[in-house]
Order: sequence, then C-alpha cells, then structure tokens
Amino acid sequence: MIHSLFLVNSSGDIFLEKHWKSVVSRSVCDYFFEAQERASEPENVPPVIPTPHHYLISVLRHRIYFVAVIQSEVPPLFVIEFLHRVVDTFQDYFGVCTEAAIKDNVVVVYELLEEMLDNGFPLATESNILKELIKPPTILRTVVNTITGSTNVGEQLPTGQLSVVPWRRTGVKYTNNEAYFDVVEEIDAIIDKSGSTITAEIQGVIDACVKLSGMPDLTLSFMNPRLLDDVSFHPCVRFKRWEAERILSFIPPDGNFRLLSYHVSSQNLVAIPVYVKHNITFREGSSQGRFELTLGPKQTMGKAVESVLVSSQLPRGVLNVNLNPSQGTYTFDPVTKLLSWDVGKINPQKLPSLKGSMSLQAGASKPDENPTINIQFKIQQMAISGLKVNRLDMYGEKYKPFKGIKYMTKAGKFQVRT
Amino acid sequence: GRWSICGITGNFTNICVKISLSCRHDDLKEMLDSNKDSLKLEAMKRIVAMIARGKNASDLFPAVVKNVACKNIEVKKLVYVYLVRYAEEQQDLALLSISTFQRGLKDPNQLIRASALRVLSSIRVTIIVPIMMLAIKEAASDMSPYVRKTAAHAIPKLYSLDPDQKDQLIEVIEKLLADKTTLVAGSVVMAFEEVCPERIDLIHKNYRKLCNLLIDVEEWGQVVIINMLTRYARTQFLNPNANVSVSAEGKEDKVEAAALVVKRKPYVMDPDHRLLLRNTKPLLQSRNAAVVMAVAQLYFHLAPKAEVGVIAKALVRLMRSHSEVQYVVLQNVATMTIKRRGMFEPYLKSFYIRSTDPTQIKVLKLEVLTNLANETNISTILREFQTYIKSMDKDFVAATIQAIGRCATNIGEVRDTCLNGLVQLLSNRDELVVAESVVVIKKLLQMQPEKHSDIIKHMAKLTDNIQVPMARASILWLIGEYCEHVPKIAPDVLRKMAKSFTNEEDIVKLQILNLAAKLYLTNSKQTKLLTQYVLNLAKYDQNYDIRDRARFIRQLIVPTDKSGALSKYAKKLFLALKPAPVLESPFKDRDHFQLGSLSHLLNAKAGGYQELPDWPESAPDPSVRNVEVKYPTCSMNIEQSSTEEQKKSTKSKEPKDRSDSESEDEEESSTESSESESEEESESDTDAKKKKKVLLSISINHTLQGTSLRYYILKKWRIYVSFCVALLLKCSFPSPQAASPTCGPLKTYELLHRITGEGLAVTYCFSRRPFTGDPHMVSVQIQFTNNTEVEARSLRVLEPKLQSGMRIAEFPEIDVLPPGEISTVVMGIDFCDSTQAANFQLCTHTKKFFVTIQPPVGELMMPIFMTENEFKKEQGQLMGMNEITEKLTLGEGCRGDHVIIQRVISTANLSRVPCGSAMECRFAGKTVTSGSLVLVTVVTKEERAAQVTVNCEKMLIGTMLVKDILQALSQ
Repeated sequence: MIHSLFLVNSSGDIFLEKHWKSVVSRSVCDYFFEAQERASEPENVPPVIPTPHHYLISVLRHRIYFVAVIQSEVPPLFVIEFLHRVVDTFQDYFGVCTEAAIKDNVVVVYELLEEMLDNGFPLATESNILKELIKPPTILRTVVNTITGSTNVGEQLPTGQLSVVPWRRTGVKYTNNEAYFDVVEEIDAIIDKSGSTITAEIQGVIDACVKLSGMPDLTLSFMNPRLLDDVSFHPCVRFKRWEAERILSFIPPDGNFRLLSYHVSSQNLVAIPVYVKHNITFREGSSQGRFELTLGPKQTMGKAVESVLVSSQLPRGVLNVNLNPSQGTYTFDPVTKLLSWDVGKINPQKLPSLKGSMSLQAGASKPDENPTINIQFKIQQMAISGLKVNRLDMYGEKYKPFKGIKYMTKAGKFQVRT
Repeated sequence: GRWSICGITGNFTNICVKISLSCRHDDLKEMLDSNKDSLKLEAMKRIVAMIARGKNASDLFPAVVKNVACKNIEVKKLVYVYLVRYAEEQQDLALLSISTFQRGLKDPNQLIRASALRVLSSIRVTIIVPIMMLAIKEAASDMSPYVRKTAAHAIPKLYSLDPDQKDQLIEVIEKLLADKTTLVAGSVVMAFEEVCPERIDLIHKNYRKLCNLLIDVEEWGQVVIINMLTRYARTQFLNPNANVSVSAEGKEDKVEAAALVVKRKPYVMDPDHRLLLRNTKPLLQSRNAAVVMAVAQLYFHLAPKAEVGVIAKALVRLMRSHSEVQYVVLQNVATMTIKRRGMFEPYLKSFYIRSTDPTQIKVLKLEVLTNLANETNISTILREFQTYIKSMDKDFVAATIQAIGRCATNIGEVRDTCLNGLVQLLSNRDELVVAESVVVIKKLLQMQPEKHSDIIKHMAKLTDNIQVPMARASILWLIGEYCEHVPKIAPDVLRKMAKSFTNEEDIVKLQILNLAAKLYLTNSKQTKLLTQYVLNLAKYDQNYDIRDRARFIRQLIVPTDKSGALSKYAKKLFLALKPAPVLESPFKDRDHFQLGSLSHLLNAKAGGYQELPDWPESAPDPSVRNVEVKYPTCSMNIEQSSTEEQKKSTKSKEPKDRSDSESEDEEESSTESSESESEEESESDTDAKKKKKVLLSISINHTLQGTSLRYYILKKWRIYVSFCVALLLKCSFPSPQAASPTCGPLKTYELLHRITGEGLAVTYCFSRRPFTGDPHMVSVQIQFTNNTEVEARSLRVLEPKLQSGMRIAEFPEIDVLPPGEISTVVMGIDFCDSTQAANFQLCTHTKKFFVTIQPPVGELMMPIFMTENEFKKEQGQLMGMNEITEKLTLGEGCRGDHVIIQRVISTANLSRVPCGSAMECRFAGKTVTSGSLVLVTVVTKEERAAQVTVNCEKMLIGTMLVKDILQALSQ
C-alpha cells in the first residue's frame, strides 16, 4: 500500500526518507514541488497528486509535508488517516513534531516507522503497543543511554499486540490511581452582517487522562445523553451498550486518549456566547475608512468569556490603520494586511471596543469586499451544549480511584461577516 | 611506492577522494567490529541516520550484516532496518543472514517467530523465494494467531517478488481466510486483494464469519474488508433499488412500468445482504475517517435507497477533520449529491464556506452547494453566493460565478435573476470577475438569445475595457453569433477589432476572424472591406493556425471562379443553430468508480483498481455461503501459567459482547483462542517440527561472526553461497527417501500418583524449550489433574530442598483448579549439569506432598547448530579422557538412518549435524548450565554392528549418555 514516505520542510528540502518496499528515488518528489509551486498557499497543495508511475498522497502538519508514495489503488483516506496517526505518534513521543525534533530523534523515528507499517500495511498504530516496543526518549534516558550505551528498545516483547484488548498494556501499576475527563466543546459559527446566525454547530470531545492500575472497567453516564446523536468512539467503547443504554462502558487505554467526539448540529441548541457590533466603511473618493468594533457577551450563563482574540484580513487596498483599543493590544501587518486584537477577558460592565481609521491607497477606488472577523475565546467550567456527566463508576479493581471532570467551551471556526 | 606512482600518473587526487570516502566509513566499520555493544549501537545509529537522510551506506554491508545475530535487541533491530534496505542491492551478502532468521522461525516465543518471518519476507532476493514460501506455509498453520497474521502480511511480499508463486499463495490465502481470529482477518483479506482479488469464490464460505468478526477487527483491516465485501455483494445479491428505478423512470407511461414490476418477482433481500448492512452500520461511529468512508461507500453502492440516508450525518461529521480528510470527503459527497441529492439537503448549511477555508476546499464546497440547489433552497443559496462574490480570494469568486451559471441552467425559475446578477458583476472592478461573468453569461444567453439583445449590447461595449483574452473572445463570439440582434453595433466592433488585431491574443484573433466571416455573410455591404482587411492581416500572422483559418474562411465566403460547391453552404455552415452548452458537474457519473477509491478521486483508473461489478440479473446460488457448524466435541479449560495470561483470558470475554456474532461462532472462536494459548499442549507436534527444521539450518552464521570477513573474499564465496542455498533448499523440502526423524511424543513422568495425591494427579515432562527468563534452566512442564469432587486451591511450590548450586524457578501459583479440570504450568530447574534430583513440596490449600524430579541425562542439554567441519574441529579437541566409545549390536527394529536419528534425539536433546558419510550420524548439543559441548557420533557397520562415541568435557555426563544411547539403540 504505502511504498515510501518523504518528509519535506517548508523550504522544500527532503529531510527524511523511509522505504517499505523497493527504494523509490526521491526525484519523485519533483512532482510534489511542482504542485507546491502552482498552489498559492501551502494548504492548497492537492492532497493527491498523480505522477506517471506513482501517486503522491500528502498531509501538511506543523509546516512539514508528509508525502507518501503509492503505487496502486488504495483508499486515499486510508493513507491520509495513517499519516495523521504518524504525526500524532511523533507528537506523543517528542512533545512537538518539528523538523528539529525529528532530526534529533531520527533513530527512534525510524524504529517507529518500522513498527507502524509492514510492507506498507499498518501493523501497530496503537500508542500503548508502540510505547512497549520503543520507549519514548526523555532527557534522563538520553543521558543514561549515552553513558551506558543502553537502548530505547523495550527489552521485553510486548504482549499488547497479542491481547484482545490491544489498546491497553498489561501490568499497569500506579500509586495514585486517578481518572480525569475533559469535556471540551468548540463552536463553529457563521454570523451574518446583521448579527443573525447563519449556521452554528458544536464539535465536542471528551479527552481522558486515565492512570489506573490493573484492568479497570469504567462506565460513564450522562444527565442528558440525548444531546449526543452523532458520535464517534475510541475502539475501546462498547457500542452495543451505548446503543441500548446510552452509557459509555469501556476498558480504558493507559494514559491520554480521546474517548469520544460528538457533533451537535441542530441550530436551536447552539447558544452563541458573544456578539459583535461592527461598522467598517470605505467611502468612494476618500483615502480614509472608518473602523469600529465592539464585543459583548450573550448567553454565557454567567460565566466569563476569556482569552478573546479577534483577527481580520483587511482588504488589499488598506495601507495602514490607526486604531484605539479600549483594552488589550492590537497589531496590524501592512504586508499581509492581517489585523489582530488581543482582547483578553470581556467585562460585561465595560465592553471592549476597537475604533479608529484606516488609510487607503491614494487614488485607489473603494474596495469591493468586506473583511470577515474571526473570533477566538474560551469559557471555563461550561459545556455550551449543556452536556453533563452524571457519574463515573469503576469495576474490576478494588482500589478507589480519584475522579475528576472538567468542562470548557472554545470558539472553533467562529466567523462574523461584515 | 605505489602511491607515488599513482601520483605521477595523475590519478592521485582521484584516489585520495576514494581513500577519504572509505576512511570516513572505516571508523564505523571499526565500531561495528568491536566487542562493545555500545559502540556497535552508536555505529548503527549513525548508519540509520545516513539512510534516513538518503545517503548511500551500502559499502558497509559486510560490516553490518555480521551483527545480525547480535544479542543486543536494538542493535539487532537496526541491523534489520539496514538489511531490508540494502538486501536487494547486495544479494549475495544478504544470503548470509538467512540462517539467523530460519532459526528465529523455530523459536518458542511467538513474537520472535513473527519478527523473523517479517524480516525474512522483507528481504527482496529472488533466490530465497522457496525458503520464504516454506516459511509462510509453516507460519500459516502456526499456533499463534500473531504469527499467522505475519504470514498473511508476508504473502503480498512474496507475490511481488515472484508472481509465479501465485497458485501456491492462493492455497495459503484460502487456508488463512478460514481463520477465525480477528487478528488475522484484516491482513489476509489485504493479501487476497493484492494477490487474487478475482477469486471471489474463496470468500463464499467465509462471508458470514467476516461480517460477524468485522466490528472487532482492527481499524485498518476493517477498511480493507469492507471494500472487498462491497465488491463481493455486487456479484452475489440483487439490486435492492431495481424496482424503484424502473417505476421512477417510467413515470409517463405508468401502465408499462407497472406491468414490468408485476413481471418481476417481488424483491426480497437476501439475509446475507442484510447481515452485511447491519454489521457495518455501527462502524459509521468509528474515529477513523477511512473506516467511516468505507461504510459510507458500502451503503451508497449496496443499500436500498431509503436506508442510504444514515451515512450523510457521519460524512458531515468528517468534514470537521483535517483539511486533507475534508478534501477527500467532499469529493465523494460531490459525487453522491448528484445521484442522491435528498440525503444531504438537511445538511446544506454545513457546506457553507468560511473565509479561512483553503481555496481547494472552497471550490469543492461550492460544487456540493450547486448540486444541492433546487427550487426551494435556491434563494438561500444565491444569497450565500452573493457574499462569496465579495471574497478577496479571486479564484474562488470565479468559481462562484460558474456555480451561479450552473444554478441558472438547472433551475429555470431563477435564470433571469441569475443573469441580472451576473450582468451587474460586469461593472465589477476586478477584471477576473468580469471576465468570468462574461464567459458564463455567454453560455446562458445561448439558451434564449432573442430575449436578451440589451445584454448583448451591453457586452459589446465591454470590449473597450476587458483585456482578459477568454472574455474578449466570448464577447466577439456572442456578437457574431447574434449579429442580427445588434445590427448596428456589430460592424463597429469589427472595426475596432481590426484596428487592434495585431496586438490580440490568438484565441481573440480567431474569434475576430469568426466575427468577420459571419458579418460578411449577413451584412456584406458594410463589412466587406473590413473583412478583407482582417483576412489579409491574418494571412501574415505568425501563428499557422490563424493563417490556416484565414485561408479557409476566404475560400469559403468570398466567391471566386475556383471556389467549390461548399461556398454555397457557407451561411449554413457558419450560422447554423448551435445547441446550448450543458453546464454540468465534473462529478457527474463518477460513481461508476467505487466511491472512496483513489480512482474515483482522480476520475481515472489507478493501477490495481478492481471494477465495481454491475448487479447480477438473477441472484447466484445463496447456499454457497452455508457453512456446516461444527460443535466443539470437548472443551478443555486450560489455565495458563502466568497470571498475566489469566487476565488476558478473562478479558477475552469482554469485547465479545461488542460483536453481533452468533453464539456458535462465539463458541468456536473461544475454543480457538484457548487452543492458541495452550501452545505447550501440542508440545509433541511442534517439537517434531522443530526437529525437522534443525536439519535445515546450516550455520553460515558462525563464519559470519568471525572478523576476518572481507568483501573480496566474499566475492569468491559466491559459488559457495549458492551451493549452501541449494543445500538449504534441498533440506527444506521434505523428500520421501530421507524421512525426517521425529522423536515421538515426549516422555511423561509421574510426579504424584492420584492415590498418594488424594485425587490430585501430577505428571511432568521435559518440554525441551529454553526456559524463558533464565537460559541456564531446564524447562519442566507440569500438568495437574484434579480428580476430586472439590476444587483445589492455591497450588504452589514450597520449601525446595536442593543440592548446592541448584536453583528452581517456581511456577506461578494456580489460584483455583475446579474438579475434573486440567492445568499445565512450566517451571525451570537448574540441575547444575548433574542428574541429582530436585526435591520440593507441592502444596494445595489443605495438603502438602513431597515430590522429586530427577532428570535423565539427555535432558540436561540443548541442541546447537554446527557444520561438519566445525564438528570435526571440536571433536579433535575433545580426545583422550573426554572421549568414550562403546560397541553395540543394533536392536531388531533399529534399522536405517532415520530410526537411529529418532532414537538418539528422543534420548537426548541434541540436534543433528550434517554429514557426508552415509554410515555416520552426528549430533551436537551443549549442557544447559555450563554450556559444555556434547558431541555424539553413531557409526554403523556390517550386519547390525555399530559404535557410539561421545565427546564431552564432562566425563560423567559422557558416560551416562553413552549408556542411555546404547540402551535406546539396542532395543
């Protein structure tokens, strides 16, 4: 399936190659570079590029292109999903997935890639199996390894691959047994000029950090499971139980993992926690434009809206801006025309605003287009959909674990059209 | 002296470069040759880093490959990485490593067997194809499902190395398809798809099992299985939508349609078809986008129309994922929306475009929105399009204008609105926007030109401003085509164009010629001179296409004496009524490719693509999928030795409730799994195999470890190596003459009689495999049978009384042994190379028994592999006191080599050494504790006379062993 993999950095250098079958010359990447040149933006490089003898399927993450070489029919998503899994694994191992991190750990990277694919077909992609095979590097271990010449490769052969619970390793032991769950919701919305919602959706996830000894069997139930009509699960979740009782029942993987993602799309359910008042105008014949923006909270159930960041791509004709923020700081890049305003926390008593003028190219006509405003924010201790965990129970082990649940709402792709 | 000569001849620099190159690697070679693992590891790390950067490290091959048997796991792994990378280029040298992997294939640890097979099958050297074939066949019937999975992975590797092996490989695939474990299922279907996707008949018997296992298979396997089953279903079941489509098409003549429906049998879905739909549906909830897509395409291609809708929600959910995932999903949604618009209509707003989307995503979303447009939602969509037109991304604006054009052609009601909107865009400041509008308006006007002469007039004026060639060409074409609607303006446009002719782009020039010709034919009075002028300009144009066109037009329209019959028809040729262009989606009819495939995405057949067959007219026999259900006759509950594995077996019940599998299937699979876990049970069987394979391994390895390996010597070895391989092969194939020796069932000894044990019977045997955890211990396999009516609890070892130096590794405590059950555990004893007994107590929760294990001398050793030469050399060093020779007369039944071999091997844990002479049999081994060599030679003479020689440092062992062998052979 996957023949070879090339890693390409943002300046177009191939800094790592790996072949699972016969060696494919790196010149095959020239087709990729051609496509890269044709694309105006890095994210516009087509994910699938046909060449005379191969197909190139690539993903872009952390400004690195992961280019897989394919020789025959294979579902493109299969390859794309796998490549993302590779990036996730690197991130998991090295904390960051950068060119420097990959180069520093090139041997571990190679060992990982060797285990993840056999003859181009995925073999071990579960993080806990990989971690048994190849220990992640830590500073201490690196030092010890250099002195003693010992290795990162697990001395014992992993049993996970053989078990029927491949996502969990055996013999896990902790002195403090704890299980934390983070319910994180992101609001994707498009608000039109007049302030009415065109579309709004919630993308939620429950991320878990479970450090429990032995082989615990957990159940998680919700106060209002009906909200979750569109979900995807980690393979550990027993689907039948969910179908029948709307209860999440699972033997958790060890460590961090995503238990569940869900999607709430019916519009009436989605509360919009902030509103924007804006007045962005350009006058014909004048080299000045007005810019006024005010933010305010709404439907936040009394919780504070924090870490607010407003950004907007202004029209090409704008030379510079002269604005006055009531709080926070703003920056404007005259080259990319990107305006961003770091607002901080919204105080309902004193609404933050950004007002002032924009100077336009002299003599140029008024821009046709109106900028879109992108907003980021965070609200702690609240899931905007109203989802609430009822209880978490553990079976199969005798100790009492420490349990914790945290809620958070964030802006996803939140856009206001002007 | 030599160097100076080179310098004189001028090659000096050249050689210097070569020296420095080899010098650079000399340090690595030195490190690899050293005794320190840390140095070796450091060298291997640097070499792997070189490979990763794409640097050539092939000259290190001899230095690296001799570390293939290195004890350090990481060094070994990195050597494997290197070997797989360069084996193809250095075939001869690569062969030297094969024996290491062959040995690994026989390791008692399943993970080592699997990894040996994995590396062996990755070495792309054609000469070892038969060895690989044999290894795959063996592994396919391995006890461990993990090894069987590896065997499945190895099949496509071998196939790509040598496609002639196809028939044999299909046999293996057939065997593995019948496997009932989830671990194997995905991998073998993958192999099936690569080797023999056309052999759909192999699937019949496994179809239901695959459907039932599906939910527990790992995610990558799920994708492959679902895609394959989609194809399978298309050949075996009837189209669930056949009747629906007939009645839908025949709306006008309903009577006929009704008659057709009556003629057909009422459609009943095959239960197997239903099974597939039911068992794949939960996977729409998978976190893996590829799995969701696979299920979606299965539903799209196989489900009744009314049920396809479920996939829409899942696909919309995927759109939140990474942009590459979004890109692929949108391509597929675009195709689906053409056939099944209804199912995505509720999600219209999910396809709205954000200013931050990459352009390629925007364009695809636009495509979907256009496909979804109908009379009811068009006003919403057009309003949305309005905002897109104002975007700063001009490529996207152009695509939006095209989309508006398509909405206008598809939905008659909004055609005028759209046209007006587009005309307004003609005054846009951005030229690209205007140009795109012109092109689209041109297409729209062609549908009803008579109504829109004012728009044509408006566009005629634009020629002064618009510079985009495609737009200018479109305007000129419009004016020429509909010159009757703008009789006054048209000649004037031609006049202006004639003026600027030489500066225009080629496509514009061609349209000027076109316009001139049409005007000449309709209004020659006003335009005759202009036309001639333009034609003259064109005659001398640089582009031959334009010159040709000018010549052609002149001949056609200007009547001369020579002009042929065609000029009469000039008007008909130029001013024929042209059909309006159909603006259709580029995704139309793409669903003849299986959705989700690479071929679908590229809209071109990719290599290895399997066509999605059409539904059959009548259903093939469904009984081919029937499987006789074998009920397990007896189910033994075997407790595993380690507590870990106990946990595993309790776990194994857990995920089962996730699957829909029918009860008989479940039962089957549970016996299956217990079978696989109890490898020890089938001891004798594997042992027999092991013995057989002992013969196969000729150890080239020993030489490998020597440091005197030099490349140039190796070149001379070529012949020797091929000879060895030939030998390997010869041995690998079981030939009928040289029947392979088997040691028969292992001897079982009694540890505790059921009467003395008050119902608890204990036996033991020597399993002859290395004791995991301590290589200096002999593995003793102990079997407990509870013959009482009550359960025995906490069976364990207590207070071992041992001679000095002896050690015991106790078996893990058995918590419970229910009445009537049998349990097997393994313990390790270090006998210190003596036959003295190990005494200890066996305890249950109530009682204690004193027991004794005394090993026969033959069990104190383990086999090693030697060549004939090595054997002779070692034997030469163990003469005198260390050699014991006895003469004997062979027993009645002891005739022929293979009987002798079998008897010796069953007496002592030794391996056979290849031997040139037919009269001699040689065996080698070493003692478990001290590793002293044990060499045995049996020479047969005339009649039944024979002679046994044992060479061993430990004289006591030698003496005892000779006695035992004498006894065994004289029986």
